[in-house]
Amino acid sequence: MRTTYREAVRLALREALQRDPRVFLMGEDVGLYGGCYACSKGLLAEFGPARVRDTPLSESAFVGAGIGAALGGMRPIVEVMTVNFSLLALDQIVNTAAAVRHMSGGQVSVPLVIRMATGAGRQVAAQHSHSLENWFAHIPGIRVLAPATVADARGMLWTALEDPDPVVIFEHAMLYAAEDDLPEGAGAVEIDHAAVRRPGKDVSLITYGGSLRKALDAATQLAALGVEAEVVDLRTLRPLDDETVLGSVTRTRRAVIVDEGWKSGSLSAEISARICEKIFYELDAPVQRVCTAEVPIPYPKHLEEAALPQTARIVETVRTLLGSAHG
Amino acid sequence: MTAPLPAFLDRDGALSRLREMMLIRRFEERSAEAYSAGKIRGFLHLYIGEEACSVGAMRALRPEDAIVSHYREHGHALSRGIAARAIMAEMFAKVEGCSHGRGGSMHLFDASRRFYGGNAIVGGTLPLAVGLALADRMQKRRAVTACFLGDGAAAEGEFHESLNLAALWDLPVLFLCENNLYAMGTALLRHQAQPDLSLKATTYGLIARAVDGMDVIAVEEAAREAATAVREGLGPRFLELRTYRFRAHSMYDPELYRDKKEVEEWKKRDPIALFSARLREAGLLQPRDLEGLEREIEAEVADAVAFADAGTLEPVEDLERDVTTPKEGR
Repeated sequence: MRTTYREAVRLALREALQRDPRVFLMGEDVGLYGGCYACSKGLLAEFGPARVRDTPLSESAFVGAGIGAALGGMRPIVEVMTVNFSLLALDQIVNTAAAVRHMSGGQVSVPLVIRMATGAGRQVAAQHSHSLENWFAHIPGIRVLAPATVADARGMLWTALEDPDPVVIFEHAMLYAAEDDLPEGAGAVEIDHAAVRRPGKDVSLITYGGSLRKALDAATQLAALGVEAEVVDLRTLRPLDDETVLGSVTRTRRAVIVDEGWKSGSLSAEISARICEKIFYELDAPVQRVCTAEVPIPYPKHLEEAALPQTARIVETVRTLLGSAHG
Repeated sequence: MTAPLPAFLDRDGALSRLREMMLIRRFEERSAEAYSAGKIRGFLHLYIGEEACSVGAMRALRPEDAIVSHYREHGHALSRGIAARAIMAEMFAKVEGCSHGRGGSMHLFDASRRFYGGNAIVGGTLPLAVGLALADRMQKRRAVTACFLGDGAAAEGEFHESLNLAALWDLPVLFLCENNLYAMGTALLRHQAQPDLSLKATTYGLIARAVDGMDVIAVEEAAREAATAVREGLGPRFLELRTYRFRAHSMYDPELYRDKKEVEEWKKRDPIALFSARLREAGLLQPRDLEGLEREIEAEVADAVAFADAGTLEPVEDLERDVTTPKEGR
């Protein structure tokens, strides 16, 4: 069945509310408004105001309340409108949710799911467009997911809710309108592994979230040029699935990492480091990265496009890499 | 002339409150010694002078209630019934500690007593308390979540966000603001445009009042009244407990920010001395009672120190344990 990413998220939320009375949703405008990306449309009417809670614009309080409710036996799903706003709740996420299990000697767990939109592409400028997934992926004690497909948008939430520890889910804002076939009865998916979305033997394109589509398009264009690119979707940004990534690069001997974060201190840097630490001698060429230009995301369309990783830049990077490798 | 003792207070009850305040004080004096001896490291924030707040407030709570505290929480932990041994061992960084030695002085936890820390981000505890109360409400448990905070927290955004949310959703939270007049070294009048914290709290639509935090009975009566209302579903309450810390903010603090005369003035209102005097006046406390209590407490604290000293350090191989929940424990 053709389903949008947005509808997949909505189905997942609805299923979670149906399956477990401990689950509730809270966040800014998740109720009457239906969610700022319409992911919770209709859920207030179906489940009532106790389980679909509109909150004040108090990110720290309602994320922290999610932590407290999780400690108290509930399974909260907290929606934060965008990753930029989540910075107002970073104290709660880093200092409490991620730390409390270890610093209490393992006495308590925080089974909390936090969902938020991330990424650029809608001309909403420098305070609504950033990709800060790597900040969260830096923190021990939380799991970080980036569903890039409709099936993962549908299936990752339930698995995340079964995790006894905090899980942060990043939904790329440009994906909400994306459509794909979702099989009847599609449900929970595992969240421990990266996925090879397209097999290839000449180069590994390693990416996640909103950049997956661009990497797949690049692979199609490269195929026309006789280059078989393998596309790896990380899916889980913490803990990283080294086995799948390193396995792919060991086969293709070349890696291009596509990451919408800024290059400095990014996930792409982390992945590159792991490749160099573990399989340096398997490489035929230096690891390459296609990242966002090191600027706050600008408003004008042409500048925003120029700032972000794009299919053409991925193709060009691979061609240069292969050119240099082949002398 | 002091206020008459309330009717509910018989001799045993009176002595047990006195004993608890004395235990907290002696426990902390020995903690300070252990700190100087290098047995306790990191930060050590003493509660000395504020004991009446913990002892009075905790009497209003039941086992099913939850407690969220700040980093000056030794008194709260003791009042909640966490053994002196387990707290001292925690500060000695031993696995026998109440947080397995992982947290130290600022992160005392006991999930079995619903004691959720021991938290060291000022203001960060308030949202947590709101969430615990929300969970109780949603699961139809008639429990109160008590949230201890200091006057410093009133300047944090989370104070405003959380009072608003608790009042908006009518949640069973009892905010217990221990106003000791200093946010670390910054006096209340230097950090609050409106220094009347209970008045500030009322603006969020919850009932608030200020109480003499040096009077254990006044604290207890106010806390009982407030906790009863909260438990009955009448919404959150806020108590400002006006108190004073006699010692430095943390262990090494030259106290350049306050006048020694001010400290001496407040020491005249020492909660233990005040309560002892009232009990003596009422004929409930004889010199031999006091000696007996002191002997008992000395033994209990000495035992805690010996226990902590004899405790074990966590093996380094366990360093990464409990960052996340082990699969087999799920």
